[in-house]
Amino acid sequence: MRQVEMEERKNRKLEALPDETPLEVSGLTVAYRDKPVLWDVSFEVPDGELVAIVGPNGAGKTTLLKAVMGMIEPAAGRALVYGKPFEKARHLVGYVPQRGSVDWDFPTSALDIVQMGLYGKLGWFRRPGRKERETAMECLEKVGIASFADRQISQLSGGQQQRVFLARALAQDANLYLTDEPFAAVDYKTERAIVELLRELKSQGKTVIVVHHDLGTVPEYFDRVVILNKNLVAEGPVEKVFNKENLSEAYGGNVSYLAGS
Amino acid sequence: MLELVAALFTDYTLRNVALGCAVLGVVSGALGCFAVLRRQGLLGDALAHATLPGVCVAFLLSGTRAPFVLLLGAALTASLGALLIIAVVNTTRIKYDAALGIVLSVFFGAGTVLLTYIAGSGNSGQSGLDRFIFGQAATIVRGDVVTMGILAAAALLVVFVLFKEFKILSFDPEFAASMGFPVGKLNVLLTALIVVAIVIGIQTVGVILMAAMLITPAAAARQWTDKLSGMVFISGFFGALSGVSGAMVSASGSNLPTGPIIVLSATGIFLLSLVFGARHGFLWSRMRERRNRRAALGGST
Amino acid sequence: MSADFIVITTAILVVVPCALLGTLLVLRQMAMIGDAISHAVLPGIVFAFFISESLGALTSLVGAAVFGLLCALLIEALKNTGRVKEDSSIGIVFTALFALGVFLISRFAGSVHLDLQHVLYGEIAFSPLNSLIIGGVNLGPMSFWTLGIVTVVAVSFVLLFYKELKIATFDAGLAAAVGLSPVLVHYLLMGAVSITVVGAFDSVGAILVVAFLIAPAATAYLLTEQLWRMMALAVGAGTLSAVSGYFLAALFDVSISGMMATMTGVLFLLALLFSPSHGLAAAFLRRSENRRVFSRDLLLSRIGTLGEKTTEETLARSLGWEEGKVSRSLEDALREGFIVRPSSGEVAVTRKGCDAARERTESLA
Ligand SMILES: Nc1ncnc2c1ncn2[C@@H]1O[C@H](COP(=O)(O)OP(=O)(O)OP(=O)(O)O)[C@@H](O)[C@H]1O
Ligand SMILES: [Mg+2]
Repeated sequence: MRQVEMEERKNRKLEALPDETPLEVSGLTVAYRDKPVLWDVSFEVPDGELVAIVGPNGAGKTTLLKAVMGMIEPAAGRALVYGKPFEKARHLVGYVPQRGSVDWDFPTSALDIVQMGLYGKLGWFRRPGRKERETAMECLEKVGIASFADRQISQLSGGQQQRVFLARALAQDANLYLTDEPFAAVDYKTERAIVELLRELKSQGKTVIVVHHDLGTVPEYFDRVVILNKNLVAEGPVEKVFNKENLSEAYGGNVSYLAGS
Repeated sequence: MLELVAALFTDYTLRNVALGCAVLGVVSGALGCFAVLRRQGLLGDALAHATLPGVCVAFLLSGTRAPFVLLLGAALTASLGALLIIAVVNTTRIKYDAALGIVLSVFFGAGTVLLTYIAGSGNSGQSGLDRFIFGQAATIVRGDVVTMGILAAAALLVVFVLFKEFKILSFDPEFAASMGFPVGKLNVLLTALIVVAIVIGIQTVGVILMAAMLITPAAAARQWTDKLSGMVFISGFFGALSGVSGAMVSASGSNLPTGPIIVLSATGIFLLSLVFGARHGFLWSRMRERRNRRAALGGST
Repeated sequence: MSADFIVITTAILVVVPCALLGTLLVLRQMAMIGDAISHAVLPGIVFAFFISESLGALTSLVGAAVFGLLCALLIEALKNTGRVKEDSSIGIVFTALFALGVFLISRFAGSVHLDLQHVLYGEIAFSPLNSLIIGGVNLGPMSFWTLGIVTVVAVSFVLLFYKELKIATFDAGLAAAVGLSPVLVHYLLMGAVSITVVGAFDSVGAILVVAFLIAPAATAYLLTEQLWRMMALAVGAGTLSAVSGYFLAALFDVSISGMMATMTGVLFLLALLFSPSHGLAAAFLRRSENRRVFSRDLLLSRIGTLGEKTTEETLARSLGWEEGKVSRSLEDALREGFIVRPSSGEVAVTRKGCDAARERTESLA
């Protein structure tokens, strides 16, 4: 029974996986009120790569993800996901918001949060049942915190909360993952675990976009990088564009904390 | 006290009153959970005040005091207030708190103007509509209870059916939007349900203190559980408990407006929960701490 | 003194302290705490009645100030338990205190010369009838004295601490660094608000005073950027509401304080719609202007990336815009001298256009 289901899933996947590029952003310009926060940003993300988006605070990284997902109306330009507007492709996308964007005192458990990743496929009115529970449990296992499934979420450490959010995205069973600072305020062990997870996703042919703050680890973790500061400063394979010139253009002045260069 | 409880079963008027207050308590308690979790408890306060001019306008236009008509008016101006708050916050530099304060006080001011206009003198007491200010449970009759019951059942049904959607909307609206849930529309619906709860409540608790019925039972319930569904149930129960006890106390003496007494009961429940609440009450937290400390000490030896 | 004069002067004595302190509340995003305090002073007033039996202005000022501060302290304490969020704390505390006040008034109606009408609307209409008489000498309307004291307190509080309040309001971190205790500033302000609210209580009641605290200050916030100007405009807006409200109330024979509160809302609405800097009409115009400028500048930078020269068609394809939008933007840029069109369909950027595009990019970061 289980086997059949998995097979089915895989088939559906193969069929749904189009040859189109996972993400194509062209001329994206976004303004809150009067102030543009993204200006004429264009880039493509090829299939099956780990991509970092870097830039200083307020560079518009979160805004970029939100504009891609249609949560903010762009003033100009557009983003296509697998060649389609986001509304037609949202079932192929998993999302990990910034951890600080929610209230962790909310009365709910880790397992419950992960099940939220399945709400999209459940559709209206239907409640998550045993099957959803099991899937969510598996996802928690994958991120290594299955033993905390029934904990109230405020009683988890920052790293564990981050893992809950990742597990929820895994539950979405997507092809393209948009993750907003999954490494923020996690310890070394959690960071390694998350990296392993991202690599595993990559090995399954999935594409992962990560808003990232630690410039030192970019060359080690990622294949490509998008350097952003309202404008697109540079984008491409890490070894080509991740250099001092581009970074100091984005961050201004001397980027001395850039390890190994 | 015992006599009062007995009267609850024998006295027809008192039974209606208690039933009405219980209905109100359940609905406002349940919906208040979402308001509190979304940090919109004070929105309820502003919207409750904003019902007052609606009651008056409905009376002026229709010439009747039929509860349904008055409550419809109340719902309309409360919705107008909600729209204004959203518009002001989204389009100008005015912050949420100031927008609430303005709608609350200005709508209430307009309400008092209309009350005095209806009374035809500087004394609003003659209009009979001022019972909406502090609530007057004694005036609740069978027909009111039926109206309240139908509205309440409809509101609770929506919460039941859309529980999962409201949960994700309250916890993580961005994530909900990314999965295609119409966050804006759900938001409007939830606010509309809160307006329904307010409208049910203003006759008994009054517009000024209605906010307490949304906030206090929910905050109390949060101390007992870490599950949303549990919180909604407990909060509804606490709401009903304060409603009924308030109605009974207020019926027992003359000249006691119901609203304040219901609110004081709810506050009492809240304080007890803060101390004795099974999840977050001070008492248990203290004991748990001590046990943990002892366990840690025991482990180290 | 005519009755009109007394009522209007009384109202202005409410407006001035409310506007000054309300400005600080609005800027510090504490409007709802102001609302809470204005409700919470009620039991203080009632207890003061119990103690002094007569309408002793001083005892009720003190009693109310105590409860106002108590309210602020309780909200803070409840929030600090970590079990209740701030907005819920506010809601729980002020409704409980207000309910207590109303309960006491109703329960002991016989012994307290205070009825619920008074709590709700105040009795500004009676201010000409209530004079302060000491030793048989009539010293003028009572309200002038109580509200005069309140106004003096509020004005001197703001004048004395203007610099401190300004720093504490706009930069709490800096305030702490220069040795100002944010906690002290907070509670001083709460105390001043409590006194103001109770002073205004007799005239406009416990709820409508919120309109005087918040609405004129918010109106001013839509009109200016500077603190002292904001305070002045708030006083102006409050005064205008009070005067117009008074005469409208007389015209329709309705509640004076209610009409004044309504007028504060009307003025706010006017500023909301028509403020040249922050109004909706201006924002709407600015938005469409922004769209035009955004499109034009996008076009310029895109021509830059496509090469010195390009064609209208290539541009349209590259930008993904429909033709109409492209040609509108091109005309726009042509008019400003940012581009030239050497032959039909061809487009090239001028030096001026290059500068404009560069300026735009540099202004972003
Ligand atoms: N809802 C909003 N309304 C107005 N301005 C906003 C809004 N959200 C973000 N901004 C502004 O847009 C700019 C970009 O914000 P964004 O959150 O995208 O930055 P970011 O790159 O994700 O920064 P961080 O590294 O701090 O997360 C900032 O200047 C921010 O102040
Ligand atoms: Mg961000």
